Amino acid sequence: MISDLFTDYTLRTVALGAAALGAVSGSLGSFAVLRKQSLLGDAISHAALPGIALAFLLTGSKAPLVLVLGAAIAGWIGTLLVMRVVGTTRIKEDSALGIILSVFFGFGLVLLTAIQKRPDASQAGLDRFLFGQAATLLHRDVIMIAALGAVALGVAALFWKEFKLLAFDPDFGASLGFPMRTVDVLLTSVLVISIVIGLQTVGVVLMSAMVVAPAAAARQWTDRTGGMVGLAGGFGAVAGVAGAVISSLAQHVPTGPTIVLCLTVIVVVSLALAPNRGLAWDWVRQVRNRRRLHMEAVLSDLYELATRHGGRQHGHAAAALEVMHPGARHELGELESRGWAHRTGADEWAITPEGAREAERRTGGGEEVDG
Amino acid sequence: MMVPEQEIQWIAAVTAAACALPGVFLVLRRMSLMSDAISHSILLGIVLAFFVTENIASPLLIAAAAATGVLTVTLVEALHRTRRVKEDAAIGLVFPALFSLGVILISRYAGSVHLDVDAVLLGELAFAPFNRWVVGGTDLGPRTLWVMIAVLVLNAAFIIAFYKELKLTTFDAALAGALGFAPGLIHYAFMTLVSVTAVGAFDAVGSVLVVALMIAPPSAAYLLTDRLPRMIMLSVAIGVASALAGYWMSYLFDVSIAGSMATMTGVAFGIVFLLAPERGLLALARRRARNRWEFAQTMLAIHLLNHEASPAEAHENCESHLHEHLRWEPGFARAVVRRAQGAGLVSRAGEDHLSLTEAGRAVARETVAA
Repeated sequence: MISDLFTDYTLRTVALGAAALGAVSGSLGSFAVLRKQSLLGDAISHAALPGIALAFLLTGSKAPLVLVLGAAIAGWIGTLLVMRVVGTTRIKEDSALGIILSVFFGFGLVLLTAIQKRPDASQAGLDRFLFGQAATLLHRDVIMIAALGAVALGVAALFWKEFKLLAFDPDFGASLGFPMRTVDVLLTSVLVISIVIGLQTVGVVLMSAMVVAPAAAARQWTDRTGGMVGLAGGFGAVAGVAGAVISSLAQHVPTGPTIVLCLTVIVVVSLALAPNRGLAWDWVRQVRNRRRLHMEAVLSDLYELATRHGGRQHGHAAAALEVMHPGARHELGELESRGWAHRTGADEWAITPEGAREAERRTGGGEEVDG
Repeated sequence: MMVPEQEIQWIAAVTAAACALPGVFLVLRRMSLMSDAISHSILLGIVLAFFVTENIASPLLIAAAAATGVLTVTLVEALHRTRRVKEDAAIGLVFPALFSLGVILISRYAGSVHLDVDAVLLGELAFAPFNRWVVGGTDLGPRTLWVMIAVLVLNAAFIIAFYKELKLTTFDAALAGALGFAPGLIHYAFMTLVSVTAVGAFDAVGSVLVVALMIAPPSAAYLLTDRLPRMIMLSVAIGVASALAGYWMSYLFDVSIAGSMATMTGVAFGIVFLLAPERGLLALARRRARNRWEFAQTMLAIHLLNHEASPAEAHENCESHLHEHLRWEPGFARAVVRRAQGAGLVSRAGEDHLSLTEAGRAVARETVAA
């Protein structure tokens, strides 16, 4: 299967296309996620549908560049409308996004059904834009994805500093004299490009995940913007290739959902295992802390007992300690291995001088233990 | 006995009303996109329940789908609570994953049965009248219509029964908590309601268009009123009107019914966005223009008052001088003077010379004093 990647022409085309678009949408999606605009991608990709249909209706062409141009214009108009509605009324961003994505998508469906009804139309293939069909990728599609993607990445590299300012502190950027609105428009355009190039492969319904998921996964591994953008691009490319190849090999499996599931795996692994931010480490830290607290509690019990009842040499029944702290027997073993407690009888324990010192150090007290 | 065209319109209208009711609170709670998430991920619940029951009409499907909707909300909130991702990203991560799983399961294993992705995503209202509800040999009408009527009644009953709680948790969750209203409980009950509504409507209009019916009419209503009861009424009215207009649009152009309905909710929102009496774009523009003229007239009055009865009056209080002093273009200055004359603030004393009326003096003094 892996060797097919290098020998099978179709598979290689598909994999290359998916890798290119995964890399582009993943890395540029980082800015959307950092700006809390994760769902803007959802609106843009849904809004692109009528653009695709209109481009076909107006030109009669199914050339990828024509359709992508239509998608980009419609996606752009959708984004502008969202900004306009949010800027001029009290409607919040979530509602504006919801209206634009559903209404544009609905209008796209209207156009698609209208195209289907046309007697002359060879419309077949436009509905692949709903869920994507990587198997339909041709050489020219891949070239277009790579070329447009390279332009988008080039713009991002050129305006790296400005995009970072926009993502983290637009007011500061404005105070430095950067035209932040222009930068915003530029970043949105780049995002639109990164979304529309993926529509044929992933589909309008799920393209937003290509923008959000790689960035959300990458964010767990690094605190640096550059690292995050690069890593997100890598994740996007890997998931793109994996999903596209799996769906090309299996029967009746649309590409978009397959890529999204691959991305989901990456996200889950990152959330769980990424160094520092991984949830698994949180859990390990919690368990460790709980155990340490527990052990210290038993040590302090032993210390108390030694102070009040019969000094250090006097053994105390583990059962008594168990009453004060359930599970104490387990901790006693741990204390013994550290040399802080020792066995004085069958099931009796006493604190050692090292243990007493340790207990005093921890409580900060200098209470005298009479021997 | 209704003809299919009438039945479709009834289904469309009832669905629109049923969606608009919870939609009002989604919009007000800033959770509009939760409807997007829920309406997509319920697909997984439907598919899984279908695999278990192998009956597309089983009520278990609705229950499972609603449960998946609530699961979506829970997952989004749990993910957000880990503080590893922001809430918007959490939504964007959860529903594509669940939806993708549903789509793949359908395409892989349910290809031969009546459950296909297009119908689920896009809905096919045109076929709804063929699926009848027959009890004891009597045809009671399309099944979808009865389902949506039940959902509508449920939504209305919930909102009436918990109106106070919903209102308080929506507008002041902290106060609601302090008063012992259990905002969390209301929240989950409400989200269950949204899920049930989405499941019911899903069959009729498809998942993406559930979003249109839930969000667009309440958003339009939000621009028309400040009162919650009126907003609810307007949302239902706008939703039903859009749904019916959508039906007729699809009839005239022979295109997707659900798509036309969504388009019409957008048209309705667009009209309100432009023309709403207080908050529409047109009203805003008009208000801004009026403010600009009023400001200019006041400026003129103050200028005239300043130089009144001073040696420079003959020179200063001339229309031709305003360009120099207030930096007004001659055309603009002429227009301002004409408006000020019309408002009775200024009178012309000669060809070019201007003088304040009593009213104009009062306006200028009042503004300067304030």
